[in-house]
Amino acid sequence: MTRRRGVRPVLFGIAGIMLLGVVWEVYKALGPVKGVVINGLTVLPRTDDQSMPHLLTMVTRLGEPVLAEPGSLPLWQVVATSAGFTLGLAAISWLIGVVVGMLLAVLMQRFRTAESALLPWVILSQTVPIIALAPLVSGVGSQVRFGDAVWQDWMSVVVIASYLAFFPVSIGALRGLEAPERAAVELMHTYAVGWWTTLLRLRLPAAVPYLIPALRLGAASAVIGTVVAEVSIGLEGGVGRMMIEFASGSSGDPGKPWAPIFGAILIGLIAAGIVALLGTALKKYRRGEIAA
Amino acid sequence: MTTPAVTASSVSKSFAVKGGSVSALEGIDLEVAAGEFVSLIGPSGCGKSTLLRLIADLDQPTSGTVTVFGKTARQARIDQNYGIAFQQAGLLAWRTVGQNIELPLELHRVAKPTRRARVAELLDLVGLTDFADRYPEQLSGGMQQRVAIARSLAESPELLLMDEPFGALDEMTRERMQNELVRIKHETGAAVVFVTHSIPEAVFLSDRVVVMSPRPGRIQEVVPVRLGATGERDENLREATNFFSTVRAVREALHGVPVAESAARGVDIR
Repeated sequence: MTRRRGVRPVLFGIAGIMLLGVVWEVYKALGPVKGVVINGLTVLPRTDDQSMPHLLTMVTRLGEPVLAEPGSLPLWQVVATSAGFTLGLAAISWLIGVVVGMLLAVLMQRFRTAESALLPWVILSQTVPIIALAPLVSGVGSQVRFGDAVWQDWMSVVVIASYLAFFPVSIGALRGLEAPERAAVELMHTYAVGWWTTLLRLRLPAAVPYLIPALRLGAASAVIGTVVAEVSIGLEGGVGRMMIEFASGSSGDPGKPWAPIFGAILIGLIAAGIVALLGTALKKYRRGEIAA
Repeated sequence: MTTPAVTASSVSKSFAVKGGSVSALEGIDLEVAAGEFVSLIGPSGCGKSTLLRLIADLDQPTSGTVTVFGKTARQARIDQNYGIAFQQAGLLAWRTVGQNIELPLELHRVAKPTRRARVAELLDLVGLTDFADRYPEQLSGGMQQRVAIARSLAESPELLLMDEPFGALDEMTRERMQNELVRIKHETGAAVVFVTHSIPEAVFLSDRVVVMSPRPGRIQEVVPVRLGATGERDENLREATNFFSTVRAVREALHGVPVAESAARGVDIR
C-alpha cells in the first residue's frame, strides 16, 4: 500500500511533463509560423525551428560537442559543470539565508518590540528588485577588505541570493515558533525552565511542520537568486551567464540555449530533493496537531 | 498542625484593559488543607481559573498574598511543589505517551533509570501501559487527558491543580475519569484544587465546594460535602440521596435562592 502511494505521484509527475512535451510539439506542428499576433501583440510564439526547436533537437544537442572545433567537450558535460558551480553558490546562499532567517525569527519571537520593529522591514526588503541590488552589492563589496582577501564577484552573488532566501525562512520559522498552544507554553513555565529550554524542547520541534515548506521556498529562492544574480553581476562559470551567452551566440543552433535552462531545472530539483530528505529525517516532528 | 497546601489571603486581581481595569477577583480568602480536595465552581467570569492561575504562579495577584505550602507561589513553582493539568491536554505531538509523561522528569534532570521506573508506575496508575509507545494523535480525548494527568503527577507533587481537565470530554468518559481521579487522589494523597463548571462533578469529587460569583469574582459560599472520605466514593454515590441534597445545596448557593427539588437534578450550570 505504501508502495503504491509512493509510485502514483511519480507517475503523475511524468505524465505532466509528457503532456507539456505533447502540447509543445502539437503547437509547433499546427501553429502558424509567424505566431499568433493580435493588434500587433504576439500572444503565441513563432513556430519555426529557431524559436521553438523540436524536443528531440534539444536532447540530442546535449550529447554533441559545445563548439565545432576538435577536442571540444560534449554540451551536457559543460552544462553539468556550470550547474554544479551554480548549485554550490545556491547552497551557500541557502545556508546563510537559513541561519539569518532563523536568527531573525528567534529574535522576533523573543522580543515583541523586535517583531514590530523588524517584520515590516523584512517584508519591505523583498520589494527591492534584484537588478537594483546587484550594482549596489558589488559596489559596496569592492570597498571591503578582509586583510589580504579581496571581495570576489561570487560573494556578491551569494549576498543577493541569500537576501532572497532568508525571507521565507524567517516568516515560516516565526509562525512555527509561535505555533505551540498556550497550555504547552504555560506548562513549560510551571516546570520553571527558562526561555532557552522552552525554545529547544518546545518551540523548535513545534516549528518543524512550518519550517520544512519554508526551507523549500528558501531553496527555490536561493536557486533563482543565484541564477539571476550571476546574470546581473556578470559572474562567469554558472548557468546564469551561460544562458545569456548561448542565447545570443547560437543562431542556427536552436537546441543549444535550452541546455543551461535544463541545467537550472536540474539544480532546482536537486535543491528540492535535499529539503525533502531533510523533511524525512525530521518526520517524527511532523505529526498532525493534537485534536484535543 | 501541618502547613496548609494553599493559603490565599485578601487576594485581588485586576486586569488592565483599554481605558481602565477589570476586576477579576476581589477579597479572596481561602485555605486548602494538605490532602484536601477543593473544587472551585461558578459561572463564566467568576475568576475561578484566575484564582487557580494565581496559585500556579502563572499570574500574580494585584494585592493580597498566595502561599503554597508556606512558601510564595513563585517559590513553590520553582520548587515544583505542584502538578498542573489544563482543559487542553497540551501534549507534545512528537513525543510518545511515555515520553510526554517523562518530560518534567527529563527537564529536571532525573536519572534515566529512575525516570523509566516512574513512567512505568504512572502509566499503570492511569491504565495506559499498553499505549506507552503511541503518539498523542493516536489516542482519544479521554486518553490524552489521562496522559496529561499522569504527567502532572510525575514528580509526586503534594498539590494538584486542575483547570477543567474533563471539560472537553463527553459525559460518559467524564464520569469514568472522575472515578479514576478519585482513586488516584486516594492513592497519592495529594491536595487538589479543581476548577469546574459542573455541579455533580464538584460534589462527587470534593471535600469542599467553593461557590464563586462573577463581576468581581468573590467567594459566595463554601459548601462542605459530607459524603464520606473522597477515596471511598464510587459509582453508587451518584444515585445516593445525600449526593443530590449536596448538589442542591451547591446549586442554591450559585443562584443565591432556594430552587425546587426537581430542578436540583439539572446537572450543569453552563
